[in-house]
Amino acid sequence: MAIAMPRSKGRRSGRSIIRRALGYTVLAFFAVVFIYPFVLSLATSFKSQADVGARPIGLLPKPFDLRAWRFMTRYDVPRWALNSVIVTTSVTFLRIVLDSMAGYSLARLSFRGRASISGAIVATMAVPGIVLAIPRFLVLKQLGMLNSYTGMILPLATDAFGIFLMKQFFESIPREIEEAARIDGANTFQVFSKVVLPLAAPGVITLSILSFQGVWNEFLHILISRPSRPDLATLPVGLATLRGGAVGQSLDFPILLAGSILTIIPVAIVFFIFQRFFVSGVAATGVKG
Amino acid sequence: MASVVANKQRTRDPLQPRATTAWLFLAPALLGLLVFLVIPIGMALWVSFRDWSGITSIGNSNPVGLKNFNDLLIKPNIYRTDMAKSIRNNLYFVLGVVPLQTMLAFFLANVLNQRMLKGKSFFRTAFYFPSVTSSIAISFIFIFLFSPSGLVNAVLRGVLPNGKNIIWLDNANGLLHNILGVFGVHKPPGLLGNHTMMGLSFWEWLSGPSVTMCSIMILAIWTTSGTFMLIFLGGLQNISNDLDEAARIDGATSRQIFFKVTIPMMRPTIILVITLGVIGTWQVFDQIYAISSGGPQKSTLTPAYLVYREGFNNSAMGRAAAVAFVLFAVILVFTALQRLVLRERH
Repeated sequence: MAIAMPRSKGRRSGRSIIRRALGYTVLAFFAVVFIYPFVLSLATSFKSQADVGARPIGLLPKPFDLRAWRFMTRYDVPRWALNSVIVTTSVTFLRIVLDSMAGYSLARLSFRGRASISGAIVATMAVPGIVLAIPRFLVLKQLGMLNSYTGMILPLATDAFGIFLMKQFFESIPREIEEAARIDGANTFQVFSKVVLPLAAPGVITLSILSFQGVWNEFLHILISRPSRPDLATLPVGLATLRGGAVGQSLDFPILLAGSILTIIPVAIVFFIFQRFFVSGVAATGVKG
Repeated sequence: MASVVANKQRTRDPLQPRATTAWLFLAPALLGLLVFLVIPIGMALWVSFRDWSGITSIGNSNPVGLKNFNDLLIKPNIYRTDMAKSIRNNLYFVLGVVPLQTMLAFFLANVLNQRMLKGKSFFRTAFYFPSVTSSIAISFIFIFLFSPSGLVNAVLRGVLPNGKNIIWLDNANGLLHNILGVFGVHKPPGLLGNHTMMGLSFWEWLSGPSVTMCSIMILAIWTTSGTFMLIFLGGLQNISNDLDEAARIDGATSRQIFFKVTIPMMRPTIILVITLGVIGTWQVFDQIYAISSGGPQKSTLTPAYLVYREGFNNSAMGRAAAVAFVLFAVILVFTALQRLVLRERH
């Protein structure tokens, strides 16, 4: 059979060079498609409005104009950034505490109804976020939490995915370690906080990173939970108000794009430093289904 | 030995914590889920049968029975037309985005999985990066890219020097209507124009996504492909190399290995990605809010945006809650349908 004949080495390496070149071409093309918009936006944030109008796709600002970034230091933008930091850190802290305790309970402690509680928590993940918008508004209104940090933070702190993620991490820790600590006389809380939690550090980091990214970018909940307090807007919600003009009207692109880049930068920094935890978080999504 | 085991079953293992402790660990998270998830859904169901503005106290609202659902699904009025339009628009969005993002993600994952290529982690990072950024920020970047003199039109002019600048973001023309227009069909053939469903003629149902919606679809594909690529990459790395090797020794070509080994082995992951895609695309909101607010001419109105518009702009919380439950039902039906279509055939 001709197919089974070993091909000459020269032809084979020739083909593999072509394949490799093709592979790199594809990768480079998509790298440009996925990254260039950010580069162009960053460049445009340093342009004057006239420059954007005249040369909307050039990468070099002429003149180099700091107007948009000066705007970012005034107006309400610093307040939005502060709100973003407050909401994101509070929610992330609460999630670490609540999710790891609940996850530990479901992974390790035995009690009647554990399996059904576990199942119910996974089931709540199936409820679409948009379906929750009106109900959450209702509850916040009834509890008098509308237009407050509490109302922005608490609903986001309840997070079935995080409980599930932590449960998975705790299940991967060998039981013997806990048993040894218990024999040494540690109570459940001590075992949890001194022995298990430190061992689950990669899980806690993954949870924190995913929570930081998710809450920093959260839009809908922040939009509806503070209807009469524009000063409580976070960066994405405040950014949305900068748009002003209707579709088709000329927009102030340097300002819109400076705001966008400003909103993206913190997540980008965390992403580039903690990449592998993002990847393991996505892997957990795969397990979830 | 036997007596020790029997003893263990009778009395509590001193090394096992009490059930009370277990519940104490669980309580804060459960309380949160109960107050901000379970109870709210029950309340929303109750509100969907009432006429409530969202401004006055809920107690003062009037029960209206099935009126909200009747308005959205059966009675001929603007609410029903809007519901129909939102379902049509979102249906095109789902049918366009889910297959394309799944294929793009699968393609990129396969390219990245080639053993002979180096610098993969750089490319993986680059492809995944848009997925972690703010939806609103990305939307603004796309408004800029798709503006009349923006990058997208500039690239198109480079490829097609005689082409006109396309108005992307203020263009309600349906894609299928545009294609029919090329063949000189500008008006509905009698049958399509005269028959209606939920207040929209068949001609309107078959408009295809508007040009503006297509731009938002491109944005959605661009932002979510990276995440799904990572899920695929995880799946591909689980396929044993031995299987590949065995197929190659049996004389299979790369193409045969791809279709006969890789795709069947990846089937569960492909189904997962499609399921997550369908659920996600039926909820598109942020991008619509930031880019088009449902316009032009309601051609980007989606059920999720309708929930927001009715509840928070039109002060009709009862109707908004009803839209949310209709959307929930649509998502459940679609997930079930998709399971039926993709089920294992024997």
